[in-house]
Amino acid sequence: MLSVRGLSKSFGAKRVLDGVDLDLPKGESLVVIGGSGTGKSVLLRCILGLEVPDAGEILWQGAPLSGQRAAFMDGFGMLFQNAALFDSLPVWRNVAFRLLRQMPKARAREIAVEKLARVGLGPEVADLYPAELSGGMRKRAGLARAIAADPRVIFFDEPTTGLDPIRAATINDLIRGIVDETGATAITITHDMSSVRAIADRVALLDQGLVRWQGSVADMDQAPDDYLRDFIAGRARPMARGPLSAGM
Amino acid sequence: MKPIRLIGRGAIGLTRMIGRVTIFAGRGLARVRAHPSELARQMLHIGWLSLPVVGLTALFTGAALALQIHSGGERFQAGDVVPAIVAIGMARELGPVLGGLMVAARVASAIAAELGTMRVTEQIDALVTLSTDPMGWLVSPRLWAAILCVPVLVGIGDVIGIMGGWIIGVQALGFNSTTYLANSWAYLESWDVISGLIKGGFFGLIVALSGCWFGMSAGGGAAGVGRATTNAVVAASVGILAANFALTGLFF
Repeated sequence: MLSVRGLSKSFGAKRVLDGVDLDLPKGESLVVIGGSGTGKSVLLRCILGLEVPDAGEILWQGAPLSGQRAAFMDGFGMLFQNAALFDSLPVWRNVAFRLLRQMPKARAREIAVEKLARVGLGPEVADLYPAELSGGMRKRAGLARAIAADPRVIFFDEPTTGLDPIRAATINDLIRGIVDETGATAITITHDMSSVRAIADRVALLDQGLVRWQGSVADMDQAPDDYLRDFIAGRARPMARGPLSAGM
Repeated sequence: MKPIRLIGRGAIGLTRMIGRVTIFAGRGLARVRAHPSELARQMLHIGWLSLPVVGLTALFTGAALALQIHSGGERFQAGDVVPAIVAIGMARELGPVLGGLMVAARVASAIAAELGTMRVTEQIDALVTLSTDPMGWLVSPRLWAAILCVPVLVGIGDVIGIMGGWIIGVQALGFNSTTYLANSWAYLESWDVISGLIKGGFFGLIVALSGCWFGMSAGGGAAGVGRATTNAVVAASVGILAANFALTGLFF
């Protein structure tokens, strides 16, 4: 179980997270949605220790994550928005990056090729460099790296950004399949409602630094929250909005 | 009061910056044994691949130095000092300083651009998610590779620079080849060479530290990477000249 309690983070005068509370049971796939600049990425970065929160805490299996970060990271994988593959390494070394510290090179390469096959990339891709791949192939290679060491927790940061609808659907199906197969706990952040429907067990809407609404995908479509309804339907709203309670 | 406040704020900012860079360097240097394969790769990039530019710089500098000293020395009938002055000048000053500046231009910019791009494309964050310390994987190998390789480049540059002077001395200034080399050797003391190599180690640290610091701190997309690259080369170049002055004062 991963829990976030009262997480707050400001950058200068801008309060990005304002007391976020979230619980993520083992094996659940949570999708965090919200407009641009609502703190979705900052939430992930705080959980990963890449940003230091101003207040609040993150718990992993009931204890503060800060005291067990190394163990948490050993069982963790992440797909970055633009894949974040290492340009200087061939694809198989990117995928096997963590494995190369744990096993002989030949075995690590074998697993890397298996994981590439799992995301639909052939063995001929293994020796290419990231710059030689298309956007969709980079995402797949990034996904293969995220799952290479069979993580218990996986984060997906905007997994379909920049992809055409067919490739986006393929990535969504891969993510859902991998989460189901491995039983991993997953957090995905996205604006893409097709990703939400394909990936989510539960959805949380982040707005003005708080979790404005959360529930199942089925509940999402029936929710009375006007901002959530506009978000789902993709309807335009005034950019400046009143306090959070006004729209709930 | 405003000017005093501005000076105070500037001094505090500068002190903070020096403190942060010193801690950054200490953290990088402390992880010396983290990734030996990366250290070898960086030694290839920083040392071996800098050899042509450092060698050519030293060759032309030694040759020009021989011409200048001969021309100037003739004014007071001291043209014969060319071999000794070229050797001492290359070993003490020109070898380390020009070698360092050429490495700064080639390596500080490359390090800042590479690490800056890694920063803005989240590759450094990806390292963290793969349980890899960016200081150990990226910074430490570059710092140590530069500290170890630049003195070697300086030593090779010294020899090539002296050879540049020898070519001009023998071919254009009428020196006897054997006498030129004997005079170069006779007046050169071991401390002349050793002090230059020590300077090379410091300059290597300054070059790699500038590249790593500005690269790791880059932000703001392509423009941020461009700024980091420029700042790294400027900081490394000025740092080398300032450190050269301080070390020369200390050594001699």
